Amino acid sequence: MQLWLIPAFPLAGFLINGLLGRRASKGFINAVAIGSVLLSFAWVLKTIMGLGDVSSRYVEHYFTWIQSGALQVNFDFAVDRLTVVMLLVVTGVGALIHIYSVGYMGHEGGYYRFFAYLNLFMFFMLTLVLAANYLVLFVGWEGVGLCSYLLIGFYFLRQSATNAGNKAFIVNRIGDFGFSLAIFLVFLNFGTLDFGGVFANVPGKPETLLNTIGLLLLVGACGKSAQIPLYVWLPDAMEGPTPVSALIHAATMVTAGVYMVARSNVIYIHAPVAQEAVALIGLATAFFSATIGLLQNDIKKIFAYSTVSQLGYMFVGAGVGAFSAGIYHLVTHAFFKALLFLGSGSVIHALSGEQDVRRMGGLAKKIPWTFWTMLCAAVAIAGVPPFSGFYSKDMILAAAYQRAPWIYWVGAITAGLTAFYVFRAIFLAFFGAYRGHEHPHESPPVMILPLAALAFLSLAGGFLFDVPQFLERLFPPIEESHDVTLVAVSVAIGLAGIGLAALFYVVKPSLPDSLAASFSGVYKLIYNKYFVDEIYDAAVVKPVVNGSRSLLWKGVDVGLIDAGVNGLGWSARGIGGILRLLQSGSIRSYATWVVFGSVVLMVAMAMAGGVR
Amino acid sequence: MNAVPLSWYLTLSGVLFTLGAAGFLFRRNIITVFMSIELMLNAVNLSFISFSYAFRRVDGQIFTFFVMVVAAAEAAVGLAIILTVFKNRNTLNIDDLNSMKDEYQPAQPEEASETAPVSVP
Amino acid sequence: MDVILFLVFAIIAVLCAINVVVQTHPIASALSLIGVMGSLAVLYLLLGAEFIAAAQVIVYAGAVMVLFVFVIMLLNAGEEVHRGRSFVVQVLGAPLLIALLGLLVYFAQRLFPGAPMVRFGAFRGGTAVAVGRALFTQYLLPFEVTSVLILIAILGAIVLARKELD
Repeated sequence: MQLWLIPAFPLAGFLINGLLGRRASKGFINAVAIGSVLLSFAWVLKTIMGLGDVSSRYVEHYFTWIQSGALQVNFDFAVDRLTVVMLLVVTGVGALIHIYSVGYMGHEGGYYRFFAYLNLFMFFMLTLVLAANYLVLFVGWEGVGLCSYLLIGFYFLRQSATNAGNKAFIVNRIGDFGFSLAIFLVFLNFGTLDFGGVFANVPGKPETLLNTIGLLLLVGACGKSAQIPLYVWLPDAMEGPTPVSALIHAATMVTAGVYMVARSNVIYIHAPVAQEAVALIGLATAFFSATIGLLQNDIKKIFAYSTVSQLGYMFVGAGVGAFSAGIYHLVTHAFFKALLFLGSGSVIHALSGEQDVRRMGGLAKKIPWTFWTMLCAAVAIAGVPPFSGFYSKDMILAAAYQRAPWIYWVGAITAGLTAFYVFRAIFLAFFGAYRGHEHPHESPPVMILPLAALAFLSLAGGFLFDVPQFLERLFPPIEESHDVTLVAVSVAIGLAGIGLAALFYVVKPSLPDSLAASFSGVYKLIYNKYFVDEIYDAAVVKPVVNGSRSLLWKGVDVGLIDAGVNGLGWSARGIGGILRLLQSGSIRSYATWVVFGSVVLMVAMAMAGGVR
Repeated sequence: MNAVPLSWYLTLSGVLFTLGAAGFLFRRNIITVFMSIELMLNAVNLSFISFSYAFRRVDGQIFTFFVMVVAAAEAAVGLAIILTVFKNRNTLNIDDLNSMKDEYQPAQPEEASETAPVSVP
Repeated sequence: MDVILFLVFAIIAVLCAINVVVQTHPIASALSLIGVMGSLAVLYLLLGAEFIAAAQVIVYAGAVMVLFVFVIMLLNAGEEVHRGRSFVVQVLGAPLLIALLGLLVYFAQRLFPGAPMVRFGAFRGGTAVAVGRALFTQYLLPFEVTSVLILIAILGAIVLARKELD
């Protein structure tokens, strides 16, 4: 099957573009970058066709990576149905975004670097997805974190961009710490890191152990998939170019956490406490970030908080046992969220860089293609039937109701909020009068085509790809709930959200400001993102930095280590200062030393010879 | 009262040696220092001869012979060196022949350089 | 008789040695040194080393010291000036010398308890014949080497002391 070719193509693209791209023509860079992803996608298709219905797990063993004592880790790739879903999403959506980037990044500096990094990201993501054991997954995990850092800080001359890159990497690191601890525990108790080996032996292990592992894995997933408390990097990550936001921070990298939880579903099924935690954190994050998204003015930040919220939904799905529903939502979210971001990019491109929705308006007539495609995505994310978002979100909500009705209600309200803020963005950007000063122009076809493709997928992807049925045998079965009431209620809440947004921003544009004035305290709190960043800064960052500065730098480094090394120097100098008296250049003192030496020698010889 | 204990000769040799060493350490004129060295060599010669008598062998005297030869050669060369030094430095004072630098001044220790800390974003 | 001779010449030797060290003018020191060598020659005779005694007077006192006097006069060395001081010498010098003297005297007294008394004429092995025999048979190699040594010394002295050709 040669699974290794799937990540190898983008890796080759990275190497070629990275090493040669500087002096290559745009056409060459495009060909290499897009070609590698397309080749990867084609190979994925070939693999799927070759494997038939992928009913069992297909493993390819490449080489023994680590052989040390009891630890043996092989570099293996494995494919099962979950992997197939992820591979298609990553390479498919990835290819579309690569094509889009040709138009979007056309006038940017560092063109070759962008595509090189993008290809590198694809390589790591595919490694992550294809991994057959936790350690290879971790390699991909870390690698995508690295690429995220590189791409967020792509405009490295901007301080805010480099800060955002740092923030993303450091916060991710905290998650990775949890993940590492989980891997250690897995190895310690299971003796192997291979998925097959671990999951086969889960049933017999004590529950506390499994809970601990599950919770630690959750920490890692929170870091990568931006859940509470480690979500703070994602909104800042919007400093990167929009295709990066679409690919990495919507469709693929942030879903790695969900994928990892889904992959480890056997552990979670046997660790109820951890699974509960997954659901609760997902739910809290979904609601919390939806509220923040209500009031943001930067169009990309709106969708960033939306991503955090939707990821929360996926975690809820995993947490209530509906793993396939979570993955389903992952797929549909990839479609419509990528589309929302790419569409925003198109809007920003049309307005020559404007990102504030307050300075947009009336763009529906001016950039129709962008408008209609984004509208497709908006209705999908709002959960309007029969579009893709409706299927996946309702499946999650239904399963949540089975577990605990209150989860369903919070989820439903969040769905309403989602619909509201997405349509707020749509109405503010595309309806009404144009409030800015630029000359909007439609994007080139190379950008429109991926938008159109994703729009089609957002609308039809739900009933075209019956993901849960595809994943049926991998996960424990979900009780099919045929309670139409639940469905109706959630759809109604979604439509109500759209209606409310229309009221606020189309019918009565003064309403939001008057409401903001009346509830100014609450407004301020939410508008400032609940001051979470400030709290983190005061509680974590400043103490660490100050502690490092005063204790570790001044105290230990300068005081102890430097002083120690310098002290050695000074004492050497001091001893030298004493010893130099022997070399004074004065013949008489030399003579004295000679006499001294000979006297000593005589005494020594006398003692040795035995004085009689 | 016809015989002198050998130890008297050896003691005399030691006294002469010490006197030569004293001159060597305390005198400042090079030539006087050189002469003190000769005095020391003579003291050693006396000691050799004494032992030659004590062991009833001639070897001690042979040693003395060679010591005298070497002392003569050394005197010749050494005085030539003193002449050269006098030509160059115009002084016969060995303390003035110290061409090493004056009293060593230790360099002031540098202040531990504190670079401005990176601003916390 | 031997004792008196020994004591007289020993005291002369010591006094002259002290004079060597104490005199400020190098000429005075040189003359005192000649005195030391002369008395030592007598003591050698008492110890039965006739040849060496003669060599001492002829070579040492007669040639080496003359060389010293020549150089002193050539350089017009005057009285010694008290300039410069050495910390080490001042501190360590005297104690060291006392220690040295003490050690040497101690060894002298203790080292050879069974030594024979010195009587003039008791040792007849110091004749020129005996010395010559030993020199040319047992110590032939060192003898030849010293001739090379003298050659080197001559060359060195000539090179060092000649005038630079302008």
